[in-house]
Amino acid sequence: MTSVPVTQSSAAAAAAETDGPFLQVEDLKVTFPTEDGPVTAVQGLSYSVEKGKTLGIVGESGSGKSVSSMAVMGLHDTKSAQISGSIRVGGTEVVGLSESRMRGLRGNAMAMIFQDALAALHPFYKIGAQLEEAYLVHHSSASKRDARRKAIEMLDRVGIPQPDRRVDDFPHQFSGGMRQRAMIAMGLINDPSLLIADEPTTALDVTVQAQILDLLQDLQREFNSAVIIITHDLGVIAEMADDVLVMYAGRCVEFGTTKQILTTPEMPYTWGLLSSVPDVSSSTDARLIPIPGNPPSLLRPPPGCSFHPRCVHADKVAGDLCSTQLPELLPASSGTAHLKRCHLPDPVAVYHDEVLPEIAPELLEETR
Amino acid sequence: MTQDPNARAEIEPTDIGANATETGERQLGSDVQDATAQHELSMGDLDFASVAELGHTAAELDPDAPAVLTVDNLKMYFPVKSSGVVRRTIGHVQAVDGISFEVPKGGSIGLVGESGCGKSTTGRLITRLYKPTGGSMMFEGNDLAKLSNKEMKPLRRDVQMIFQDPYTSLNPRHTVGTIVGAPLEVHKVVPKDKVLPRVQELLEVVGLNPEHYNRYPNEFSGGQRQRIGIARALTLNPKLLVADEPVSALDVSIQAQVINLLQDIQSEFDVAFLFIAHDLAIVRHFCPEIAVMYLGKIVEIGDRETIYGKPHHPYTQALLSAVPDVKQAAVGGRRERIRLEGDVPSPINPPSGCRFRTRCQFAQEICAKVEPPLLQIGKRHKVACHFAGELGAHPATPVTTDLLGVDDQGSPVPGAVPTNTQLTVPGYEKTWYDLTTKQTTGV
Repeated sequence: MTSVPVTQSSAAAAAAETDGPFLQVEDLKVTFPTEDGPVTAVQGLSYSVEKGKTLGIVGESGSGKSVSSMAVMGLHDTKSAQISGSIRVGGTEVVGLSESRMRGLRGNAMAMIFQDALAALHPFYKIGAQLEEAYLVHHSSASKRDARRKAIEMLDRVGIPQPDRRVDDFPHQFSGGMRQRAMIAMGLINDPSLLIADEPTTALDVTVQAQILDLLQDLQREFNSAVIIITHDLGVIAEMADDVLVMYAGRCVEFGTTKQILTTPEMPYTWGLLSSVPDVSSSTDARLIPIPGNPPSLLRPPPGCSFHPRCVHADKVAGDLCSTQLPELLPASSGTAHLKRCHLPDPVAVYHDEVLPEIAPELLEETR
Repeated sequence: MTQDPNARAEIEPTDIGANATETGERQLGSDVQDATAQHELSMGDLDFASVAELGHTAAELDPDAPAVLTVDNLKMYFPVKSSGVVRRTIGHVQAVDGISFEVPKGGSIGLVGESGCGKSTTGRLITRLYKPTGGSMMFEGNDLAKLSNKEMKPLRRDVQMIFQDPYTSLNPRHTVGTIVGAPLEVHKVVPKDKVLPRVQELLEVVGLNPEHYNRYPNEFSGGQRQRIGIARALTLNPKLLVADEPVSALDVSIQAQVINLLQDIQSEFDVAFLFIAHDLAIVRHFCPEIAVMYLGKIVEIGDRETIYGKPHHPYTQALLSAVPDVKQAAVGGRRERIRLEGDVPSPINPPSGCRFRTRCQFAQEICAKVEPPLLQIGKRHKVACHFAGELGAHPATPVTTDLLGVDDQGSPVPGAVPTNTQLTVPGYEKTWYDLTTKQTTGV
């Protein structure tokens, strides 16, 4: 599968991963104590990612996208954050794992790349030194020369020109796109089976973004890793992800394949996300319809469905169901793999008859 | 106070408070959020039809609108100094190098391009935060480029700016009332006791609660802060607003709210916009006319249908093909796209001839020798490329040779006279150069 010797922990992971998905998150709940009381940032979240597949997580800021992924990486302070539920990475239960064993996994079996590459790289150390450190930590028998060779190889792999010279540059000498590449190289230097990309291209120009997305896809194909991509750009999701998880106020509100979520969404929040971003190829008659209001405070989340105060379709649900009862995550009409958390009795008709004519009139004509 | 007081009634539906309580909106977080959010909502009883009506379709082009701003051959060179005690100038960053365009009255033009292409510098030149190195910017009979700072001051009320980052563009130690009212006091437009009513009126226009004038910026969310920035820009009834990435720092759902607000403001107060953004989809929605910049120059300019439908410049084509498309979900996989290799060259020492040639797949010898003129090739379409053509139909030989008096390799032809007269005209001519017939044609 890979060109370098498989290390112990990833070998163990490889043995366990043969049955079932590589990453399995079940009923995850993350609570932070604050001065104003406990804040539950993630609640009842379950998902799984198989090797070679990409999961996209979308949602507004504060919806728990990053908090849930940081829980997978074990990056929360265990003294303050309360994490319950189960996270299994290659068969290893991560919740409650000791810090020393967590270190063996982090950066080795799983790695994360961040949005702001300049903040994620150390400004005082050369790019090469930072890559070598990531390699040496998990390969105690390797020599410094091996590590340097590996660092140059990885820089070459992610498309940095003249890697043998650029390896001795400092992060500020790299352009934005090159820094992002260097960080991807650092994340992939130990051939992780799980890569979490948190807004990997948000700060980049479209042309550089396309290069980075290409790179991520090539590398995923090569290393057969499971990838989680966190973004608010639905276009990136459409081109990169196999499955999509839509999060709102710490909960999963819709889950399905990319095609299901983006062509036949059944949850008003997903409709809102789709209608509030214009598209480069959509009809100019399409309206830009925002989601009214702001995301709720997680300190005092709204009762019932947490989206109901902003939901423009709540009037179609009988009684006060939306404001009193939290909808279950139930299969949607387009397929068993498609789950949604909504009380609307006939979302397909509402989407097709009311929402689509306003946001994408040209799609409506195609389906007729 | 030239504003029509009835104007804002349309933006701001009444009796929100009562409805908001019923829909349980009071539970939205902290007290501040609670009070402001219901005002920002302005959505009445929250049914889809009424919310959808507040959303706008893409802005339309008014082809007959007169120009409010005419930019002609605008240049901005920043000196690069050597290190040491005697800091000699050793070169120039050619941030903006000879761009020409017009902003129609009450309309909007979009500037797009990669970071470092000079689009923000252009915005700062027009607001005269920088003094240009050369060129002219005609605004209502005054050349903004030539005026001294003192002469500029009365004109500043007509040209205002909305900044990208709502967190750094508001003074954290000033109240909203002070921030929005400051332009009134600087320009002494109204007596001191009339400042507050005007501030409250403006806050209402941008969808904030007018009673919050004595709050500080930190008490507002990102979208609300951007509204404060917009209110400040509107204070003096400007005729032209330069919006430099006004929504890129905001959350997706909030972006649409702000874009709709800007469209409301535009139709209500007849403000012209120079809209600078790197998000091609937002620009397409907001601007009926778009200019694409690369390394300090406009490489293609035209109306929305032309630029997004049949772009002729290889850079525009590459830029558009790189945008991820939501519609791809129905097909699966990645879209076919044009790969641009490498990074943007340094603007200190830009490539000779066409600046895009180092990354262009069609580049030939002529591109290094002769700079392509920004040639009008359609009714509202100009492109600067020797091999201009629709995607997949770029000509094999340069289309500009007859006009420039050069042969296919770019060497001057003896005796040939360059006929091109349209090199730096800011607007559009009635006649243009047809690429297929290589003749000047008209309507």
